[in-house]
Formats: sequence, structure tokens, C-alpha cells
Amino acid sequence: MKPAVLTGEHFITGDVACAEGALAAGCSFFAGYPITPATEIAEHIAGRLPETGGTFIQMEDEIAAMAAVLGASCAGAKSMTATSGPGFSLMMENLGLGLVTQTPCVVVNVQRAGPSTGLPTLGAQGDMMQARWGSHGHYEIIALAPSSPQEMFFLTIAAFNLSETYRLPVLIMADEVTGHLSERVVIPDASKIKLQSRPRPKGRKDRFKPFQAGMNGVAPMAHAGDGYKVHVTGLTHDERGYPAMTAEAHVEMISRITGKIRKNLDRIILVEEYRLDDADVALISYGISARSSLAAVDEARSKGIRAGLLRLITVWPFPEDQLRRLASRVKALITVELNLGQIHLEVQRCSAGAAPAYLVGHPGGTVITPGDILRQIEEASGR
Amino acid sequence: MTTSASKHPLDPILRTERIPHIWCPGCGIGTAFSSCLIALQSSGIDLDKTAVVSGIGCSGRGAGYVRLDSYHTTHGRAIPFATGMKLANPELNVIVFSGDGDLFAIGGNHFLHAARRNMDLTVICVNNFNYGMTGGQAAATTPNLAKTTTTTRGNPESPFNLPLLAYASGATYIARWTMLHTRDLTQSISEAIQRRGFSFIEVLAPCPTGYGRRNKQKPIEALKIFQERAVVKNGANPAEVLLDFKRGITLGKFIDFERPTFTESYDKICRPQPAADSA
Repeated sequence: MKPAVLTGEHFITGDVACAEGALAAGCSFFAGYPITPATEIAEHIAGRLPETGGTFIQMEDEIAAMAAVLGASCAGAKSMTATSGPGFSLMMENLGLGLVTQTPCVVVNVQRAGPSTGLPTLGAQGDMMQARWGSHGHYEIIALAPSSPQEMFFLTIAAFNLSETYRLPVLIMADEVTGHLSERVVIPDASKIKLQSRPRPKGRKDRFKPFQAGMNGVAPMAHAGDGYKVHVTGLTHDERGYPAMTAEAHVEMISRITGKIRKNLDRIILVEEYRLDDADVALISYGISARSSLAAVDEARSKGIRAGLLRLITVWPFPEDQLRRLASRVKALITVELNLGQIHLEVQRCSAGAAPAYLVGHPGGTVITPGDILRQIEEASGR
Repeated sequence: MTTSASKHPLDPILRTERIPHIWCPGCGIGTAFSSCLIALQSSGIDLDKTAVVSGIGCSGRGAGYVRLDSYHTTHGRAIPFATGMKLANPELNVIVFSGDGDLFAIGGNHFLHAARRNMDLTVICVNNFNYGMTGGQAAATTPNLAKTTTTTRGNPESPFNLPLLAYASGATYIARWTMLHTRDLTQSISEAIQRRGFSFIEVLAPCPTGYGRRNKQKPIEALKIFQERAVVKNGANPAEVLLDFKRGITLGKFIDFERPTFTESYDKICRPQPAADSA
């Protein structure tokens, strides 16, 4: 067996860093289907998993991949898949099953430009609202947006930890540019990587209720083969896991799957502030667009405009409080994203007119340049 | 109310608090389900290490009534879910119990590939020739010219020959029985769960509510056809077992052979091997 954590300095793509992050997080099962620009994650982990004691399987489609990931998780494995837009659409069905059955797993979407087949080899951030609402019904989800290969590594670990802690599928909403970018990635010593595991049941097996929430809103999870003889269904169910076809039971179940996230927003949400302390103009961005935004902030500052950046590491649940506080203290907000305004809708909603909100965005195929952003900063600041 | 007098031998592996079940009077699923439970109980496998996975539909409700680790998944996806489960913990016995619409229309592709891989699963398909749960629509198994709510003048399509489909896909154990042939069926299920590899068992079952009443077939008449037209031909060529309710319904264990399972092949080919002894 080879080590799962390849401690050291590497020069690798974001996709490969993501695969290594998964292994460092204890992932032992990957089911996938080839799709540009996420294929390299599957290719890399297909070689690495069997040598670290895990299992890789290439399924017949993304529907099957997502189903297999859930089945593996229910049998105790930290499990994962990776895809891009068309595959992400196919995964929406079983993503819903994962949410309602509270099955931990990680789903990576290396976004390319859509709709449909779109621009397979070129980046975009057009699936952000699909990440939030793409499966039918009402739910909460966690989605993280890495900006670099280094972050592809660390956020994949974070995604596993969040999925295990809160028992739900966690999304990594990367983009083609970050996925294919080669950069220095430092992998720390295994002892420095903190890992979380799903809460497990204790006590009498005949009295165990698989969906009775614990203190933080999360129920302990019994695996297939543990002897708890659980029933798990995509139907609306009660705390025993049994189908319960009433409006009251539905309210209770939806409260369980949304409450565990809403109650723990402070523990879940990660954002990064850059030169925001005295900023008049605040950029809000994530993923590869946040890197263009960083450059634009520095250029604006060199021209004497007090600009700053709020980088969303957690995109869902949306950092509402952070946005509200920011909107109340700046003169203008600018959302920067590779779509025609998806997260921008959230920025507008949360700022609620406290500051004017502008968008720098296009539907994908190339990155947003710092120059594009700078022009909007100058306009917003009245230059 | 569980006095010793009311105890049924299958109670230990039934979620009795969930009974009565949803299946209609005259439905064949309950009998197929009982055969499955008897096989599980009598086969001697470790029931703590056994999981039942279902998709959606009337037969898909099976997972909800068995007191084992049981997973009622999405429509058509029981097999890939079961695949993940088996690979994550190869010690588990994983049984898929679902219907013809679930396994062969929406889930057809998954069936082909799990059989091709020789995934170590037992797949039991209750074939009632239509979509029962949604009220009797045409399925991939509905006989030509049969009437359903979506083929009121008769089904223009032809049904799958499921054993042939399974054989062409690579299944290593294939049997077909009707729900009247409970002993044979129980025996086949028991054999299937104790062997390695992809096992497929088709169980023909009447659906008086969805299928029978639109095809002028009273519940007892469907059973009579199963009784009178059944021809048991173990080892029959799967290409020659297309269902023909007028001439004869071929039943039996058609296929039973060994080839490496997915896990065996994966462990041998994909994992690093211990250094060979120098010879």
C-alpha cells in the first residue's frame, strides 16, 4: 500500500490536487464518468485509490455514478464523484436522494460553459444556481468554490469534513480554468490534516432511530452491515426512517435537513476579505474570477480608489450576514462572476438597496480580465 | 398485538409495524417477497451483513417491509446504488428487489452494465407486465397488443425477453419462475444469494388492478395460465424463452456458470500485487 497523503511540494493541476485532497481526506470510493474538464480527477484517482486500499469504478453514466457514491457512503465509505455541467445535470436526481437520506459524500463540478454541451473545454461559472436549486424540492446545500490548485486540495478536504459533520452531499463548484491550471501545491504532513467522520450510533440497536437528530441537528449514521437494520428511503420519512405521507411529517423532515445547516451557518461559512477595511467599492467574487478581482483591487488601489474584495469560499449557504454588513459600510458593490448574474442575485437580495450593486460578468469561454473589473470599479467610484 | 399465537415464522425479518402492506388483493408481489424472505432466512447467510435495495414502484416497496438494512432508492437506480454498497463493503450480501418498469425501462442501462461487470449482486425482478404504482401503464415487458392506460387499443411494441437480455449482458445465473412456483423460486433465490457473481431471477406475477382488469383477465385466470401453460426447462437456451402466454411459459434455471466477479478482477488487475516469490 502506498501513502494516501503525498506530503511535499508538487507542481500539479487543480484537478489532480482535488484528487489528492480527496485521498488525504480519507476518500476510499470514487464512482465517475469521463467528462471534460473533470476527467483528470477520475484518471488520477483511478490509479491512486487501488494502491491506497480504496476502489474506483467507472460507471455507465453520471446517474449511476451518483447512485453508487450514495450506496458506498451508506456502507461506510467516504465517497466522491467529479463531473462537469452535463453530468452535473444528470446527478441532480440522486443528489436529492443524498440530501433527503442525509448521506455524506462529495460532488465536484469543474464548470464549463453551458447550457447543454456548450463549450466543453472552456471555463464558466454558470452552474451556481443549479448547485443551489438543481434538484427538485426545498433543501439546503453546501457548496465551496476553490480559486487555485492549492485550494482545490484543501477545499476537497474541507468538503469531506463538512459532508461528514453535517451528513449531506457537499459540492465543490470549481471551474475549468482552476481545474486545468498547474501551480505549486503544498501537501502537509498527514498529522497536520484534521479529519472529521460522521457521527455513529451507540446504544441499543432495537431502539435506534436513524433520523433522530443529535445536539447540532445531525443524526448519528448506522452503516449497512452494522446490525442496526435501518430503513432508508427517498420518500418523506419520520425519525425511524419510515415513510410518512402527511404534510406534518414533511414539514418535520424538511426542517431536519434544512435546520442542521441553518443552525450552523457560523461554523460552515468561510469567506476571505482582501483590503476591505477602508474600502469604498467592494468586489464580491469566487473561484477563478476572484483571482482576476484580486488584481483589479490592487490596480484600483494604485490609482487611489479604495477597493476591496470579499471572496466567497463558501458560496452556499450564501454568506448573507457578511453581505449585509458589507453593504451597509461601502458605497458600491460589484459582483464578478463567469455568468450573467447568478450570485449577483444573492448580492442584490442581501444588500437590499443599502449600496448600489453592479455586475461584471459574461457567460463563459474566457476569464474575466482585471481590466474589465477595473473599468467597473472606476465607474462605480465616480472616476 | 404480538401474542405468540399471532407470530408468523417470517416476523423476525419483517417490519411488522409497517404491515399491512400496500399491495392489492390478488397481487403477486407479496408471494414473491415471501419467497425472498424464506430464502434469506433459510440460506444461512449472516442477515446482519445483508442489505436489500429497491427502486421505485410496487415491487420497490419491498425494501420497506424487510427488517434488514434496507434502501428504497430512486426510480431505476437500485442496481448502481447496490453496486456502490457492495464495493464499499464486499462482506455485505446485497440483494436488489424491484419491478420490471424500474429495472428494465428507466434502469435498463444499469442492469446491462452490472451484469457485464459480473457485479456480485442478486437481482430479483417481479415482472407484472405493467407499471402498477402509477395505475397500469405500458412497460418494457408489456405483451404486444395488451391493453394498458397508455395503450388503450393495444400495445404496439414488443416486450423484452429478460433472460436473454441478462444472458447477452453477461449475467452468470439466470432463472425464471412464476409466483405460483414458490418452492422453485425460493430455491433459486437461495442459490443466487449464496453464489458469487451477478444473479438474475425473473418472477412472473399477476397485477389484477393495473393489468388484469384491462385485459379481461380475472386474478384466478392469470394464476391458471401460470399453472397450466408453465413448462419447466432447466438449462433452456435464453434465446428460446420469450414469453408466450398462448403456447407456453418457459420456466427454470437457464444459466449458472462462473467467471470472475468485478471485485475479483479489480483486486487482481488494478491493485498492486505482493512481490512474487523468486522461482
